[in-house]
Amino acid sequence: MTNIHSTAAEMASALSKKEITSVELTKAHLDRIADVDGKLHAFLYVDSEGALVQAAEVDAKRAKGESLSPLAGVPIAVKDILAQKGIPTTAGSKILEGWRPPYDSTVVAKLKAAGVVILGKTNMDEFAMGSSTENSAYGTTQNPWDLTRTPGGSSGGSAAAVAGFEAPLAIGTDTGGSIRQPAALTGIVGVKPTYGGVSRYGVIAYSSSLDQVGPFGRTVLDTALLHEVIAGHDERDSTSINSPVPQVVAAAKRLDVKGMKIGVIKELSGSGFQAGVSARINESIELLVAAGAEIVEVSCPNFEYALAAYYLIAPSEASSNLARFDSMRYGLRVGDDGTKGAEEVMSATREAGFGKEVKRRIILGTYALSSGYYDAYYGSAQKVRTLVKRDFENAFTKADVLISPVTPTTAFKIGEKSNDPVAMYLSDIATIPVNMAGIGGMSLPVGLAEEDGLPVGLQIMAPLMQDDRFYRVGGTLEAALLSKWGKPILSTAPDLAVKK
Amino acid sequence: MAAISRDDVAHLAKLARVEMTPDELDHMAVELEQILGAVKRVQEVATADIPPTSHPLSMSNIFRDDVVKPSLTNEEALSGAPAKAEDRFKVPQILGEE
Repeated sequence: MTNIHSTAAEMASALSKKEITSVELTKAHLDRIADVDGKLHAFLYVDSEGALVQAAEVDAKRAKGESLSPLAGVPIAVKDILAQKGIPTTAGSKILEGWRPPYDSTVVAKLKAAGVVILGKTNMDEFAMGSSTENSAYGTTQNPWDLTRTPGGSSGGSAAAVAGFEAPLAIGTDTGGSIRQPAALTGIVGVKPTYGGVSRYGVIAYSSSLDQVGPFGRTVLDTALLHEVIAGHDERDSTSINSPVPQVVAAAKRLDVKGMKIGVIKELSGSGFQAGVSARINESIELLVAAGAEIVEVSCPNFEYALAAYYLIAPSEASSNLARFDSMRYGLRVGDDGTKGAEEVMSATREAGFGKEVKRRIILGTYALSSGYYDAYYGSAQKVRTLVKRDFENAFTKADVLISPVTPTTAFKIGEKSNDPVAMYLSDIATIPVNMAGIGGMSLPVGLAEEDGLPVGLQIMAPLMQDDRFYRVGGTLEAALLSKWGKPILSTAPDLAVKK
Repeated sequence: MAAISRDDVAHLAKLARVEMTPDELDHMAVELEQILGAVKRVQEVATADIPPTSHPLSMSNIFRDDVVKPSLTNEEALSGAPAKAEDRFKVPQILGEE
């Protein structure tokens, strides 16, 4: 029977066979949110009314025999960084508290057009700056596997919603790992598509040359189905790639990696990674070999500089992007008592509206871009970006996809790194190179670490616009792992339900 | 590279239009120093012969047809304004006393 624990593909199938209605399915998820979100705090806003209206519309169309998109009637959670018309959109910041966008982002418009039912907006680190949701102005999201731990970030609310069965699917954004890292820490699938593969129109910008929207799901196929709904060229995003969307659904169903060359990145393995993480990655490599793949070792010597370059490039772009929050046209305005000038009001508003990490990055970016320091910092970081791209180009001459752990450790405790920015930044060490080069990457759950029983993610990376390759490898490995385990690892996570 | 002083941070905060309390300035100076210490590693490999990459895709001059399409109404565009008057955004004075 179809229920909230089903996959999105199973839900879609049950809906098309009229075994369940979208209204029933949506209500079941709204009930689950009411039951467990007090513990998880995955959502910043739940749009029960809008979701049920949307679900009823899909049901009516289906009753009339209209042709519907594959995911029509299936619910979804959307990261609160994507504009949705009339729905509060905060990006996790006080500076946007109460703002209701007058338009839909392209991704939200595509979800609506496909009949995917939007349950609400999910928690995140303020302006996507963070790796734990602890930088949200509206409280921290808890990890469904252990409520004392973070779900990762910045898209931690979206990941926790999917792992906690509040939604079968979710949308996130990934600038340095903000989809892949929370997917890894919560035991679900998360994909950062090729840069330009999904429109950024209506997505509140953090670092425009790195930001990318992507899907979360509990299976590779579910994630692929969502990927195909949201991807594609958009003339309203000038960095959108004008070529066909990779056939990721077909790739996810292929279940075959015979003859594929899989490159293990030497610099992202061994010391520096938790033993239980490395053990699961090695087990995955063995399963891929058993499935007929060839393993090669590749070296990416410049990756060790990628993290440093990222923490110059992203804050630099952020310091420019966040200038739009000027208290003049939307959002918070403080101190406008009729005696103060615009500049004073602006400075006071930004002081009151931005959190600590956002201020830190704005100041860092302002410094890195200032004359006298530009060449030494931002300029050098751009050169490192060239070196990272070259490392990937070389590696992809030897392998079809590359693999590594997603994170150095499993989910960390809430509060453990919040007072040490450099330690927090290190949790993105394996995910950042992908954003620097603009390629796509997947986080696939590959089991639990022996020492703490928490999920481990394998990162699978492919060249620009070859996203189908990581769905092919991910789908094959997922099937091999499932036959080994007998059941999905998420079914072993704690049951959070209060209502029985 | 010179250390970051409290005054430097105050200057950056002014450039970035973010007011900061004396306590915040103290903390930020220390944190910036730490972060810059970690990120200045980029200089080790950024030699003169390496071209910079500012963007992952090499794109330039993306055009689209110059056709008027439906857009926000005046009311929608002003819907989030902190203050408005006569169908316009109302802002604090920008040129001193009138």
